[in-house]
Parts: sequence; structure tokens; C-alpha cells
Amino acid sequence: MKDYNFAYLDEQTKRMIRRALLKALAVPGYQVPFASREMPMPYGWGTGGVQVTAACLTPGDRLKVIDQGADDTTNAVSIRRFFQRTANVEVTERTAEATVIQTRHRIPEVPLTEGQILVYQVPIPEPLRFLEPRETETRKMHELEEYGLMHVKLYEDIARHGEIATSYAYPVKVEGRYVMDPSPIPKFDNPRLGGNPAIQLFGAGREARIYALPPYSEVVSLDFEDHPFVASKADHCCDLCGSGRSYLDEVITDDQGSRMFVCSDTDYCASRQAEGHRGRLSPERVA
Amino acid sequence: MSAVLTGGFADPAIQSAEAFRALLEAMARPGRIFTVAGAEPPAPLSVAAGVALLVLTDSTTPLHLAGDADCAAVRGWIAFHTGAPLVAAEAAQFAVGRWDDLCPVDRFRIGEPSYPDRSATLIVEMDRLEADGPRLTGPGIETEARLSLPETAVFQANRRLFPLGFDTILTCGERLAALPRSTRVEDR
Repeated sequence: MKDYNFAYLDEQTKRMIRRALLKALAVPGYQVPFASREMPMPYGWGTGGVQVTAACLTPGDRLKVIDQGADDTTNAVSIRRFFQRTANVEVTERTAEATVIQTRHRIPEVPLTEGQILVYQVPIPEPLRFLEPRETETRKMHELEEYGLMHVKLYEDIARHGEIATSYAYPVKVEGRYVMDPSPIPKFDNPRLGGNPAIQLFGAGREARIYALPPYSEVVSLDFEDHPFVASKADHCCDLCGSGRSYLDEVITDDQGSRMFVCSDTDYCASRQAEGHRGRLSPERVA
Repeated sequence: MSAVLTGGFADPAIQSAEAFRALLEAMARPGRIFTVAGAEPPAPLSVAAGVALLVLTDSTTPLHLAGDADCAAVRGWIAFHTGAPLVAAEAAQFAVGRWDDLCPVDRFRIGEPSYPDRSATLIVEMDRLEADGPRLTGPGIETEARLSLPETAVFQANRRLFPLGFDTILTCGERLAALPRSTRVEDR
């Protein structure tokens, strides 16, 4: 690997990102501005996550990259290859064997452990952005802990739909201080944000923000006493591994309205199938 | 003169990555002690303080040298290996020295209400760094941790400023631990 510096970024850039990461851990949930770099991939492809991962990787790491839970989708494959090529690190699809996991929009089903780092790719880091487009105003709102507007938004959900209709990027409050966007993970994953033994780092490349959750942080999904937070998922079992506890993707299988539900976490699903678990549409059952 | 030119990382990209992981884990898990290697700064700086400076500081980070650390050997080493501008405590983004020399710590920047990240990080040289002493709780700590802090009242006052405040890296020989502003400190 003589063509690139280790993990692609130059050392000056890594120091800048590393300083931002330490401040992000010191103030959980606060978005630290950083001098986001152009990466050899377009914005929206995880440039923030890639920069955070590059600043954290060591040669001894084993990297896993997932996109919506899957190891084998375009985004995951291209980022995994990027780090194989520029950092020459080992890669894996097994959650338990990975030391650094870069993720787009999911938390793995298998519980994380100490020593692991989960790096989220974040499109819009500001939870208040769709309610207040001005950065000057949202910064003031965080400063003053003025989060009433977010509760109004959740209340309007209830008034309109009878329940809190926000199903992903569900806002959370960190350590009783900052309201944070957990990135567009399904709200099913929200309970795993808090009390997690792993370090969780969030990188938004286009928006140039880094934030973090230290291990075992207190993370509360916003709700109301009479409309408590519910971590919902499709009311089915996985059609391949039969799991009733994992987050499911709905897949249209023909033009007659047929569909199937499968685990969004491909490693979890494949591991269960290898252990002999079977679902409604497992090949041997259908045949 | 040669002492100025030596003592940096032999393989900067790899060694700084490994040292940063220790710093990241330390800041994420307050009170836990990690061992680092790779820097050989001139006396009185410890290996761990040298490593932290090499990993985190460069020409964009104003640095304050406190007490004995403000000597010709250290100034030359910092200038050659990091290029960090040396400044007074009030302007520093990083500071290194013994606790008594860094005090009073209210000279250091604690960030601004809208930008709490614009605060100083203190690298405190310790004679002793052990997992005993004041009780630590807060983000990054499952139940409680203990760390031989130089004192408690200042860190309690710092916690009351949250989300403002300075962050601390404690170094002793090749070992380091961190105390971010978010940690609650109690005597006992």
C-alpha cells in the first residue's frame, strides 16, 4: 500500500477529526463541527462515516460495513473495498468478530460488546432541521435547551394519525441534555442506543458534523406519558430464518401482490439459518 | 540538539492510529487506564503526554506549557514534531503540565454556550495514576469507576458547567486515563 497514506486520509486531517471525536465523546449528543473533506465518493454515500472510520482504524482492526443491515449491498461493498485497499485491514460479515462496524441506517441485531466501535453514516445530523431550517436558530435552540418544537411535531403526529407516526430517525435525548438525531435507523433500534457497551460515533460528511454516544450513555426516545415510545417492527416472522424478534424488510416477490418479510440484518439471518432455523419460505419448505 | 529531533513516531500513520484508539477508549470510558507507546519526549514530559501531543496537536492547535514543561528542550521538541504555537493559558486549546502548575484551571477556555467544543483539553502529568480514589459516574461508566485524581472540588465545579467545561487527560509514564467534563466526581 504505497499509493495512499494508511486509511486514505492525511495525518493532518486525521488529527482534526480525532480532536473532534474526543470533544464529541466529552459532550454526548452535541454536534461538533469538523472540516469535512472531499472523499472519493459522492455525498450521501457515507462520506462522514468513512472519515470517522478512517480516523479510528488501526492495522489490527477487523471491519464490517452494513447498509440497511446488509453486508452485500452496493454501499457496503464499496466502502468495505475502499478500506481493504487503503488500510489493508481484515474484513468480516460477522458482527461478533468485528472491531469497527460502519453502518448505514441499522444497529446490528447481535448485541455489541466493549472494544467495538459502531460508526453511523448520517445524512442530516440536526434533529430540528426540518422544523427550523436556519442553522443560527437551531444552534440557539440547542444552547437554550429549547426543544418544545420537537414535542409539538410529535404531538401533531398524534393529532393527525392517532399515534407518533415517526418511524425512523426518531429523536432521542442524551444524558438529559441534547436532543439528537440517531441517523435514519428504524425506531425499532432506538432502545439499543442507550446502555450500549460499544462506542457509537456519528459522522455527517456533507453537513460537516461529528457526534458521539459514550458507552452506557442514557438515551431516551422522546414521547408523552399517554403516548409512550414503542419500538415497532413489521408484525411477522422472518420468512427465511423464522425469527420473530429481528427487524424485517418487506420484499415484493411478483406482480400479483405476493411479498415476503426477511431480516434486514443479513449476518443475523444467515447465522440463524446455519443453526438450522427455518422460515415460511425457506427453500426446503417451499420445494 | 539531537534530543529535539528524535523521540517522534517512527511510523506516524500507524503509531498515531494505535495511540488514538487508546485515547478514544480512554475518553469514552472515564477512569479506565490505558498504556501507550511510541513517543520519547524530553524530560520532564512523560511518554504518554508526548504521545497525546503527537496524536492531537499540530500547527492549528495553540498549546500552553505549564511550569517545568515550559523549558527549552520541550519547546524545541514541540516545535519540531508538532509545530504547535505556544500561547498563554487563556488562549490554549491544549495544555500540558503538572496539576499545581496548571492551576488555577479557571484560566482555561470552557467553550461557548453555542459551541461547547471550543474548550481546552488539559494533559495533566501525574506522579501516580491508579484506579482508586474519588468515585466517577456518568456517560461511559457502567456502574462506577475510581481514579487517583489530584483533587475533586475543581472537577465537581467543572461538571456543574456542563455542557461547558474543560476535558482532562491524565498521564503517568506510559499510562493515561481521561476525565471528560461529563463525569460526575465524588469523594469517598
